[in-house]
Amino acid sequence: MSPLTLWLTIAGAGAVTFALRLSFIALLGRIEIPPFLGRALRFVPAAVLTAVVIPLLFYENGALDVWLGNERLLAGLAAALIAWRTRSVLFTIGGGMAALWTLQAIGLSL
Amino acid sequence: MAAVPLLSAGASVAIVVLAVLIVNLRLTLYSASLAPHFKRLPVGWKGLLSYLLTDQAYAATITRFDAGETEEPDKRWYYLGVALAIWVAFQAATLAGVFLGAWASGGWSLDFVLPLIFIALAIPAIKDRTTGAAALTAGMTAVFAAALPLNLGLIAAALVGVFGGLVAESVIEKVQR
Repeated sequence: MSPLTLWLTIAGAGAVTFALRLSFIALLGRIEIPPFLGRALRFVPAAVLTAVVIPLLFYENGALDVWLGNERLLAGLAAALIAWRTRSVLFTIGGGMAALWTLQAIGLSL
Repeated sequence: MAAVPLLSAGASVAIVVLAVLIVNLRLTLYSASLAPHFKRLPVGWKGLLSYLLTDQAYAATITRFDAGETEEPDKRWYYLGVALAIWVAFQAATLAGVFLGAWASGGWSLDFVLPLIFIALAIPAIKDRTTGAAALTAGMTAVFAAALPLNLGLIAAALVGVFGGLVAESVIEKVQR
């Protein structure tokens, strides 16, 4: 790949991602959102954030792993519990990492 | 990141750009979700805030905005502060990765911090039974759809989750009537 094609690709990729980011933010204000879409938007945060998290916990090295040996899944469940009770990002990170390290230490000694 | 293997395999410009577009489709969901909050901003603000839109910036602001805890004109500044800090940290970390990448080691599983941050931000988004239903349906779809190429599983799971939330809402309305 020549330097020119590489730069073209980078510029193109940058332009399309910016267009995706701008899409609805630019559109709204010029047009009104239909009520149905407005109702649907209320569910986007819960749905999309869960969809981001789940594969990070259930998949290890690209393979589905739903078993007690999946330390990340168990530590993630513990972190979810901490997040629910404390509503604190720092406690969730601290507790989740502590849970993962503990599970890894137990796994090694077994 | 999806572009890297394609680039080294010698794919054409159009293919790589198309792949990047599909992989980043979730950004349109973030854009739609934030759009009502930035509706009345001037074009320049919209452009700037859109440019800084990342997964983390969205996750760290949307629950607060949807709950009405921040009102204009504070919203734009709150979002700018969050998004700019993330953007700067991201650029710095990318540079650090370029220069130190081979040297850093993964012995402490520090990459696990990423899912933990998203867990901490996802849980407050589950506020009632309908948003709970959205999260549950999205999560169950994500378990099985995650193997789809080009991040399509993520977008499929998110859309199924939104649909699940809408269904739960209409069911609850019917029961209460």
